[in-house]
Amino acid sequence: MPTLRIPTPLRPYADGQTEISVEGQNVAEALADLTTRYPELKKHLFSDAGKLRAFVNLFLGEEDVRHLQGVDTPLKEDDKLRIIPSIAGG
Amino acid sequence: MTSLVNTTLTPPITASPQEMEGMALIQAVGNTPLLPLRRVTQDISPDVKVYAKAEWFNPGGSVKDRPAFNIIRTALFECHLLPGMRLLDSTSGNMGIAYATFGAALDIDITLAMPSNASPERVAILRALGADVVFTDPLEGSDGAILAARQMAEEQPDLYYYANQYDNPANWQAHYRSTGPEIAAQTQGTVTHFVAGLGTSGTLTGVSRYLREYNPEIRIVATQPDSPFHGLEGLKHMPTAIQPGIFDPSTPDRTVEIPTEAAHEMVRRLARQEGYFVGISSGAAAVAALQVAAELESGVVVTVFPDAGYKYLSDEALWEGR
Repeated sequence: MPTLRIPTPLRPYADGQTEISVEGQNVAEALADLTTRYPELKKHLFSDAGKLRAFVNLFLGEEDVRHLQGVDTPLKEDDKLRIIPSIAGG
Repeated sequence: MTSLVNTTLTPPITASPQEMEGMALIQAVGNTPLLPLRRVTQDISPDVKVYAKAEWFNPGGSVKDRPAFNIIRTALFECHLLPGMRLLDSTSGNMGIAYATFGAALDIDITLAMPSNASPERVAILRALGADVVFTDPLEGSDGAILAARQMAEEQPDLYYYANQYDNPANWQAHYRSTGPEIAAQTQGTVTHFVAGLGTSGTLTGVSRYLREYNPEIRIVATQPDSPFHGLEGLKHMPTAIQPGIFDPSTPDRTVEIPTEAAHEMVRRLARQEGYFVGISSGAAAVAALQVAAELESGVVVTVFPDAGYKYLSDEALWEGR
């Protein structure tokens, strides 16, 4: 199963975990599985209309998925998808 | 009411001739324009004025020139930063750029801890200025960079002067001595509300301490993201981050929480409707200032626009408004 890496600001909504294995053939399915299991994450990642919020940065390896196929980017069994937070103050 | 504090960022009297020449660049820090918001203010009373300090006019391109210079100056003056030592700090970008700018001018080597997802523009600018950058885990954010800098300082105390912008009083004192008096003077004393985003909290802390002495009636409003996971680069969600030592939670009269999307939209409006090409934290500051202004019948609301939009150009989603 692919793995999602969770940044510090989101860990409180995912039982404090740093890595979570998820079901899914692509990024959208992986995020759907994640937010089904941890519903509190949903409003942080998705708009009320259910779209991925524009500022959410997802990286597969060193590549921004926006530059791949967006949420349709396929995921392999051993892929690690990172949710990268913005950089706070200073 | 007038204040007796020294309102200029003058060089220390012990500066060598070489340091004095480096000071020429530093003389350009501060005294930034106070710009009116005119077209994004359609919902507010005609008797309410909203202004922003245009901090991108500083030589290093951001508000951080003020604390960076004051931290360096104080460290030299108090002999914490000695010849042969490097200045070390963690940064999200702008403070690092300011240190690197003045470090180059004053021949001081700079080492920075910065999350590796800092925008490519920031990384390129720091490289151009010759700073040494240690990249930290992007998943750990700014707090990860703080912890890395702390550890480096502990391991090599003779090599590094750890500037520690989050806990260093010279940070807020820069704003007490320059930004605050400038706002009072540029509004001819008419300012009624001051609104600022929280990063290290240096701007809010220093300006509000000055303005409260100047006129205790002035209201202080802090701005922060509405959630710990946000896209407001440069701003901190205080309840869930390492709290800066210089931050006093009792300083603001109130705190306005801003959704990322509202700030991003405001960045686009400021560029297209006002000609103010600013960064994301300026968008958040404008949203908060306009929210405060909309509640008033009359008043003068002043905020701070920390930097320009150049360092965010690679953030395509920001400008396209997706």
